[in-house]
Amino acid sequence: MASLKEIKGRIQSTKKTKQITSAMEMVSASKLNKAQQNAQRYEPYTKKIKDVVSGIAAGSSGISHPMLEERPVKKTGYIAIFTDQGLAGAYNSNILRDLMQTLRERHQSKDEYSVIVIGRTGRDLLKRYGIPMFDEITGLPDQPSFNDIKNVTRLAVDLYANEDVDELYIWYNHFINPIQQKVTEKKLLPLTEEVSEENSKGTAQYEYEPSPEAILKQLLPQYAESLIYGALLDAKASEFGARMTAMSAATDNANNMVDDLTLSYNRARQAAVTQEITEIVGGAAALE
Amino acid sequence: MATMHLSVVTPDGSVFDGEVEMVSVRAESGEMGILPGHVPTVAPLKIDAVRIKHENKEKLLAVSEGFIEVRSDAVNILAEAAETPGEIDPERARIAKERAEERLARINEEEIDVMRARLALKRADTRLKVSEGA
Repeated sequence: MASLKEIKGRIQSTKKTKQITSAMEMVSASKLNKAQQNAQRYEPYTKKIKDVVSGIAAGSSGISHPMLEERPVKKTGYIAIFTDQGLAGAYNSNILRDLMQTLRERHQSKDEYSVIVIGRTGRDLLKRYGIPMFDEITGLPDQPSFNDIKNVTRLAVDLYANEDVDELYIWYNHFINPIQQKVTEKKLLPLTEEVSEENSKGTAQYEYEPSPEAILKQLLPQYAESLIYGALLDAKASEFGARMTAMSAATDNANNMVDDLTLSYNRARQAAVTQEITEIVGGAAALE
Repeated sequence: MATMHLSVVTPDGSVFDGEVEMVSVRAESGEMGILPGHVPTVAPLKIDAVRIKHENKEKLLAVSEGFIEVRSDAVNILAEAAETPGEIDPERARIAKERAEERLARINEEEIDVMRARLALKRADTRLKVSEGA
């Protein structure tokens, strides 16, 4: 059995670790709160844009825009959202696993796809697997503003517009609740689903100034960009949820460990006391 | 006087939400003044100030990359960024303006994204205009 001093040292270090994990849990909880608020504030924006886009698509037939049309796929673009820091449980590995599996199933060679990766962990992982990358974005703030990711959204939309990629997907962890996140794949471009599935009820007949085509030209990139931003906000909320859960589990484990160690500490102390008494009693008996 | 509901929404949240008497914006096709009862319209906006009139007071908003949607009962402005005069940092806008001007002046020397520099200049100008108009 370990000595009393050793056990005491372990108890103390476990307690220190516990302090850190429980602090991180609380920090993540407050960040999660903010992230959820951000996601809520953003909601009306994307909803309104979607209304208008589907309104135009439903109201005027025969309009066309490259972003609305499927074209033969030669190259596929992916945006994958990871975290910058670890300690978020299975967050990153889940998304990596599903993404890698999909890439293997869908593509024969590495020429057929390329990834825009967000987050340091993801970048390192994908690099290790030799996945081709368009770009990497790291060091995003915890509460990103639309401006912070403008470069990403621009890049993604430009890639599609210049026909560098013929379809674009985004991968991220969708926030269900703080304990549950679901790896989600969403098709960003072309925007076929968004528009065709939409029913036209309730959309007023608009005057388009100067023309529906001109509006789509501005609106569709804006819409695609807003979808990316929305996914990022969702992913951030998931990240904090995952980290909070992971840190809460770590704190619980630390508590259990401290309990176990305290028990063995007391046992060892008791054993030492008993041994000492036995020795004294033995010594006294020998004198008689 | 008749009013209509105006909301200005950006990805970072709602910037304005309330009853107004008149909105005037600069659309791609020209200046547009919108009064209650306007024909439903959708139009992209230029980077410029949006003027809102309510109870004889005029409010300015700096709006970039947006469009306006007019419905029979409400007006929505959706933009990537919209700021009230109080939210604008004039110093920052001034610096941004200088930087953009400097870039535009060097166009012939280096490979510079002219389009982007022009937009940046326009944004900075609008912000300055709005913050001074307050």
